[in-house]
Amino acid sequence: MAAGGGDMSMPIASLFTDAIRFIFVPQESVTGGVQVGGIGEISSLTANHLVLSAAAIAVACVIALPLGLWLGHVGKGEFLAISVSNVGRAVPTLALIAFFIAFVGIGFFNVLLALILLAIPPLLTNTYVGVRGVSPDAVDAARGMGMSESQIVRRVELPLAVRSIFGGLQLSAVSVVATAILGPLASVDTLGTPIVSVNVYGQAGLLGAAIVVAALAILVYLVLTALQRAATPAGLKA
Amino acid sequence: MSALALPLAQLEIRSRTGGTCVSEDGFCPGWIVDNLDRYVQPLLEHIYLTVISVAVGFAISFALALLAHRSGWLTAPVTALTSVLYTIPSIALFLILVPVTGLTALTAIIALVAYTQVFLFRNIINGLVNVPEETKDAARGMGLTDRQVLWRVEMPLAVPEILAGLRIATTSTVNLATLAFFAGAGGLGAQIFQDITFRSNVVVAGGLAILLAALFDLIFLGGQRVATPWRRAAAT
Amino acid sequence: MTAPDNSSGSNATPRSTREAATLEFRGATKRYPGQEAAAVDGLSLTVPAGEILVLVGPSGCGKTTAMRMVNRMIEITEGDILLDERSVRDRAPAELRREIGYVIQQIGLFPHMTIADNVAVVPRLLGWERDRIDARVKELLELVSLGEGTGERYPSQLSGGQRQRVGVARALAADPPLMLMDEPFGAIDPINRERLQNEFLRLQGELRKTIVFVTHDIDEAIKMGDKIAVLRTGGRLAQYASPAELLMYPADEFIEDFVGADRALKRLALQRVRDIDLWRAATVRVGEPIEEARRKIADADIDMPLLVDEHGRPEGWLSERGMTGERVRAELRSRAEPTVELDDVLRDALADLIESEVHYSPVVDAEGCVAGVLSLEVISQTLQIPPDQVRTGPDLVAPGDEAVAGSEAPSR
Repeated sequence: MAAGGGDMSMPIASLFTDAIRFIFVPQESVTGGVQVGGIGEISSLTANHLVLSAAAIAVACVIALPLGLWLGHVGKGEFLAISVSNVGRAVPTLALIAFFIAFVGIGFFNVLLALILLAIPPLLTNTYVGVRGVSPDAVDAARGMGMSESQIVRRVELPLAVRSIFGGLQLSAVSVVATAILGPLASVDTLGTPIVSVNVYGQAGLLGAAIVVAALAILVYLVLTALQRAATPAGLKA
Repeated sequence: MSALALPLAQLEIRSRTGGTCVSEDGFCPGWIVDNLDRYVQPLLEHIYLTVISVAVGFAISFALALLAHRSGWLTAPVTALTSVLYTIPSIALFLILVPVTGLTALTAIIALVAYTQVFLFRNIINGLVNVPEETKDAARGMGLTDRQVLWRVEMPLAVPEILAGLRIATTSTVNLATLAFFAGAGGLGAQIFQDITFRSNVVVAGGLAILLAALFDLIFLGGQRVATPWRRAAAT
Repeated sequence: MTAPDNSSGSNATPRSTREAATLEFRGATKRYPGQEAAAVDGLSLTVPAGEILVLVGPSGCGKTTAMRMVNRMIEITEGDILLDERSVRDRAPAELRREIGYVIQQIGLFPHMTIADNVAVVPRLLGWERDRIDARVKELLELVSLGEGTGERYPSQLSGGQRQRVGVARALAADPPLMLMDEPFGAIDPINRERLQNEFLRLQGELRKTIVFVTHDIDEAIKMGDKIAVLRTGGRLAQYASPAELLMYPADEFIEDFVGADRALKRLALQRVRDIDLWRAATVRVGEPIEEARRKIADADIDMPLLVDEHGRPEGWLSERGMTGERVRAELRSRAEPTVELDDVLRDALADLIESEVHYSPVVDAEGCVAGVLSLEVISQTLQIPPDQVRTGPDLVAPGDEAVAGSEAPSR
């Protein structure tokens, strides 16, 4: 079904130039009559993309962090906490979205739900692993000094696990931002719209959106890396 | 259409008339049995993409890891590079590569190989680095040459972590290969995409992809046990 | 040193066929770039073949560095180290190391290899035939008292002490003329450490390897060493002497401090009762003419007569009343307790005296017959004897001395 990959008549450089122009300058759609692309539409699609991704990650954090901290603190549910991310990795994101479209339905909240499911496993596993990785001596000392269990979690285990938790956050963010590209399949506009609706946006739109979404993903990754550095206790930075 | 034509045309794989299970997007065992042969070619494409990408990816990361292990300074930049590469959404990378290498399996494989590096390089290097210093010291002290230390001591001890890396890289590649149709390389993802609202189709194509990932996972799990008898011994 | 002690069994097959090597440090120096002070500074000393040199000193004194220069794990900056008159610098490092046994504190067994494969590493590197390797592995595991079937196990299945034995067996595999041991018993608990030390000294009694032994523990140094080299910070040799010399004549205040305030007591641990001049006892029997007994008392070093039975075994110290009349009567002042044996270590004998609150006690030989009298005075005189007349070293661990030692005697 890979139709016509051989026609390389168009120079590569001009394909990319057109794509960059699409990002900044509106142009007529392939189907005609409508203006597409340009900084305005790209900005609004980027905003949608970010809102959808951020909402999914935020909800996933609210669910996965307390659960991971608790499981790690009491040392139970290792099988669950570890295998959830193995299973998560084995389920193709496209299949996940497709299951939602086919069985649950389309629209913002359904896509959000799918992305939340995608974001939970790395967060849960990394939080659990991070807490379990805290030296038992430190926890024992904390208990010996009279800290309550919740104080141990908040003042000892959480700060020491923060590095690992951010690692999970990065993994989640990367896969959520990438999967949000498939949003338009379920009628949710994101930076994936010019890609999925290539028949409207044209080749320049498809490539332009790909470039923007790649840049966005790298930016998110770099911001999270900076946050991780800032959040890691000074004593753990070697 | 130019070279960038995406195979996004929704080919009809079923009749949409008559108020049947099939026409109403249902989960229809009868249709599935009759149409299983549809999925053979995409499944084979998917296996092909996965195996080639992981094999090539392993060869590259192994060479890189050996270089980095010897040089010492190479590890940090390569790790940073592979991490950043991994953050690029696969769909975007496929699409950006298409103008350069065309709508071909090669395009998909280049991107998939790039994604394996983050797991494979990290695990090979960690496996080598985590060999206890005293073990290496004893090996050198007994008169093993640097090459012998690497191949007889460090490498065997790194095997569990290397296999763990291969496990993760393989399941992740099975996952990412579902999007390889954006590079015109087919696979089970193309089949899902072809009729994404038809439950029968989604279940079969998506299920095959999950089963494939699980199968590879089991193979590596078994390999891990066979290749590290000393770990099993420790448990008894 | 005395000849190897073979009384533990018929030692028909020699465990070692290679001659031990002499080792000479000749101004051996190690300087690290960018550091002003040397790590090891002009170390010169000679270790005769078959002896144990202990390198001892506080942390950072360069003892491990000095040891590691021998097999070129650390390169020599200046000076030289000669193994059987041949510079180690003339040898390819890997080839040199295969001829030198190497044991470190963390042992460094290869976790992915079975015990047998671990022991076989160097023989395989040397290209030995399979049968010869198998036989050697079997022999060595037996030598270090590891039971049947240990060879097929993995290091993770062994206790710390067992792993340490495997480490020693692995180092001995190619029958090296020299062994380097860096705190080999450092990670073992005190009770097992003593067992392993005794076992090792027994083994050394048989094998007579030249050994460089690094430790930070002066007691271990005194116990293990034929010669002790004390290094001080900056890698300078502070004193090179036998254990007794070191305890008797510490070269300076540093050594005195390092050896410890109890060095006199430590020295007692180096000697047995039989090694010193005991008091002659006046042994008398019941019914013996008083005249005879009085003459014996005049000859003896102690004027208290010791009553013995017909076999010469001590019964007790005779009272004044026992000496009245014409013949000796069985009137005891006190029983002969404690009795000390000739083979007792002097420190233990002293402890016995102190514990029993006596100033002297009879010494008996292996048959239980009186061999003399040990007194606090005798012991304090002993401490004045010049160290070159003092017997010390591995022969201190006599056969059957400890239950452990007995059980480790190879049954052949």
